[in-house]
Amino acid sequence: MAHQDDLIATDIDAYLKAQEEKSMLRFITCGSVDDGKSTLIGRLLYDSKMIFEDQLNALESDSKKMGTQGEEIDFALLVDGLAAEREQGITIDVAYRFFSTDKRKFIVADTPGHEQYTRNMATGASTADVAILLIDARKGVLTQTRRHSFIASLLGIKHVVLAVNKMDLVDYDQKVLTDIELEYREFAKNFGFKQIVSIPVSALKGDNILNHSENTPWYNGPCLLEYLETVEVDDDRQTADFRMPVQWVNRPNLDFRGFSGSIASGTVRVGDSVKALPSAKESKIKSIVTYDGELDYAVAGEAVTLTLEDEIDISRGDVIAGKDNPPEVADQFEAKIIWMSDEAMLPGRPYLFKTSNKMMPGVVTDLKNKVNVNTLEETAAKKLELNEIGRCNINLDSQIAFDPYDTNREMGSFIIIDRMTNNTVGVGMIDFALRRASNIHWQAMDVDKEARAEQKHQKPAVLWFTGLSGSGKSTVANIVEKRLFARGRHTYVLDGDNVRHGLNKDLGFTDADRVENIRRVGEVSKLMVDAGLMVMTSFISPFKTERRMVREMMGEGEFIEVFVDTPIEVCAERDPKGLYKKAKAGEIKNFTGFDSPYEEPERADIHVKTAEFAAEKCADQIIEYLEENGYLNANGNGQR
Amino acid sequence: MTKTLTHLKRLEAESIQIMREVAAEAENPVMLYSIGKDSSVMLHLAMKAFYPSKPPFPVMHVDTTWKFREMIEFRDRICKENGLDLIVHINEEGVKEGVGPFTHGSATHTDVMKTQALKQAIDKYKFDAAFGGARRDEEKSRAKERVFSFRSAQHRWDPKNQRPELWSVYNTRKAQGESIRVFPLSNWTELDIWQYIHLENIEIPSLYLSEKRPVVERDGQLFMVDDDRMPLRDGETPEMKMVRFRTLGCYPLTGAVESEASTLTDVIQEMLLTTTSERQGRVIDHDSAASMEKKKQEGYF
Repeated sequence: MAHQDDLIATDIDAYLKAQEEKSMLRFITCGSVDDGKSTLIGRLLYDSKMIFEDQLNALESDSKKMGTQGEEIDFALLVDGLAAEREQGITIDVAYRFFSTDKRKFIVADTPGHEQYTRNMATGASTADVAILLIDARKGVLTQTRRHSFIASLLGIKHVVLAVNKMDLVDYDQKVLTDIELEYREFAKNFGFKQIVSIPVSALKGDNILNHSENTPWYNGPCLLEYLETVEVDDDRQTADFRMPVQWVNRPNLDFRGFSGSIASGTVRVGDSVKALPSAKESKIKSIVTYDGELDYAVAGEAVTLTLEDEIDISRGDVIAGKDNPPEVADQFEAKIIWMSDEAMLPGRPYLFKTSNKMMPGVVTDLKNKVNVNTLEETAAKKLELNEIGRCNINLDSQIAFDPYDTNREMGSFIIIDRMTNNTVGVGMIDFALRRASNIHWQAMDVDKEARAEQKHQKPAVLWFTGLSGSGKSTVANIVEKRLFARGRHTYVLDGDNVRHGLNKDLGFTDADRVENIRRVGEVSKLMVDAGLMVMTSFISPFKTERRMVREMMGEGEFIEVFVDTPIEVCAERDPKGLYKKAKAGEIKNFTGFDSPYEEPERADIHVKTAEFAAEKCADQIIEYLEENGYLNANGNGQR
Repeated sequence: MTKTLTHLKRLEAESIQIMREVAAEAENPVMLYSIGKDSSVMLHLAMKAFYPSKPPFPVMHVDTTWKFREMIEFRDRICKENGLDLIVHINEEGVKEGVGPFTHGSATHTDVMKTQALKQAIDKYKFDAAFGGARRDEEKSRAKERVFSFRSAQHRWDPKNQRPELWSVYNTRKAQGESIRVFPLSNWTELDIWQYIHLENIEIPSLYLSEKRPVVERDGQLFMVDDDRMPLRDGETPEMKMVRFRTLGCYPLTGAVESEASTLTDVIQEMLLTTTSERQGRVIDHDSAASMEKKKQEGYF
């Protein structure tokens, strides 16, 4: 490790002092397979002497064993990590690498150039300030270059280095560089990059990486490292409007109440007037507390604890901002989404959304279009598959304070989490709030759900029948309705017959349409429950996620899941609508149980088996449940 | 009014943000404390992250019973001074069976007293998030590990199935029984750690500094005779030598280096001028290139 070698030996204290003043830069390298990314990073590590002797020995022996450079050192082997990928010879995930010079510490995200790995590049780009796009001098600007530029721009990178690599293979010809640069500038003009710098390099030979190369006397710009050491990237963040998402409320004792968080943007001073969002309550900064003493002011990137002059209610998930230029508050947005899961994103399906400090349920209400990353064409879409990028409307369960991603990364980004697997399935960048959010004000009505229920002397709820086609859902639901009606209850049955022909006649049987079908039925049921009715719904409703969505729409105890559990052979034999016959003959597609899955409930509230018991008996079982759980008490309401 | 944030300030802020996120979202977090220099930095960051509160989680040391004596004293004193809630976990079954590095070899000893012991402890206390001091620059396979690294209920790590991690938005969700290992020092390098210890004046065990210690040379490495459990081979007599340690672990498995560096700056100076990276002193890592990855899949931290 040879930074200022002399100083290390002669004056270690001066050396350390200088090192402790270094700044930091995060960048990403992207390029296609064989463009030489790993070689470039390996070269930076090697040339900045960040490789220790034992690592070098290992590298030399690895190079001989599995290198692709004959007897020479294969720098790529320094960087390629996981065993599986080393065997395949490709980089399959984002790897972070570190090196430093006397001026800066660098964090490099090395991301793969493979077609299917949009998600990895987006991951690396999300924290990078600079993107190095590798271009093979012999091949010029390719489809991949366009894709990488688009993703870099989508993730908000403003500084791009065009590293035209393998210049040694084109005889260090200046024209090659100029042509590529011209072509690139033309097609990148709409990407919103602040700065594009092109540098002729050879990662393999080391030209223009650390030092100006004698092979390119015609090139007067900075060499790669020089550029990385000097590019200014973060002055804008400190002069932007002040925002601090509250991560943790700090209450060591009754006398201290502070709000801990990392400043997302801007500067905050003691005495500043601030506003907490979404509550919009105002106060002044009393102190900026840190372990190392109180500060007069703090800037973007610092992790601090703020105390306020007034006791206003602030909790995790809120944002503290300057009083005069606060962020917007909304629960409905237009946003760009990158999908990262094998299971497609379906509009209407509930997911969890997490911003930097708040997690809440929500849905993608509308997928407007998806973008082809190679051609940048926008096309209509019903769902978003792995590595696809789409523009969507999003509806969150609660309001958040936000800024558009393009102006503030921390305040405009979110991840999407699957509620069953807990995996991160997508990420999003907010463009703007939909106006509807601020315009709809819920009117608190005097005649409310309780009042309506009381008037009918009943406890409203939905009995949600789920099961295969022909399992007997409608039969049982109709008997239950008759029984309830006979007892003077106010009821309604929603089923395929009265919904598919009207409300949902625009929907088919694809997964996306099934989700939407259930969502609408759920919403209608909710309104009916609000109206005080006892509702029975009879839909296959094959997906757990949607049934859970409906359950969560309703109040506690208002959703009763009835699993009509009938073996598929029995259903197929009954075949009341002749559908199984058609499905077998291949005349209808997406038929549940055949080529579309049915996910059985794990903990249904009521489990009936029509193959073993007559429909009347099953209805008895349901009425019994309603009685035992206080739904049918004489005075109806208030027995929860 | 602007300030230039140094790289150490940025790393510090990132680590603090990660710790606060865990404190806010995990139900029962714990900080794994190995007493080494990285752990010392992590503990210092935890004191900063929640100030004026104390870290809202306990600190846990998985004690293999073969640590340097000084480490144990240091551990108890530091936790006491900082007012931290310390949990010490020992694999009692291993102790009963007399598992140790001399009798069972380094692999078995580490597996039983460290890997298995850690799993036991996490199951016993039902911790759902555990901070560890691992860094991405330590080893090739770690370069790709997430800050929030998900473990199955069997404590396994699946490198092919890691959650995407963007910005500083961390997914802390998991199912019952599953847990998350959190690495707040992911983006620190060894040099950053030393610089920060120097800048912040963080106390570390004096084993990192050279002094005269009783050692024997064995298989080309120097080992300290820390107590009388170390069986001496024929011809071995402990000699007093000026030595220090680059990493701290079980004394029979941790090679010493001869050195005159008896102050922190001397050590940093020597480290910068030397050309052998830090993990070479650790016996467990002398294995095939993919060894660490395999160990992680098996649940080694």
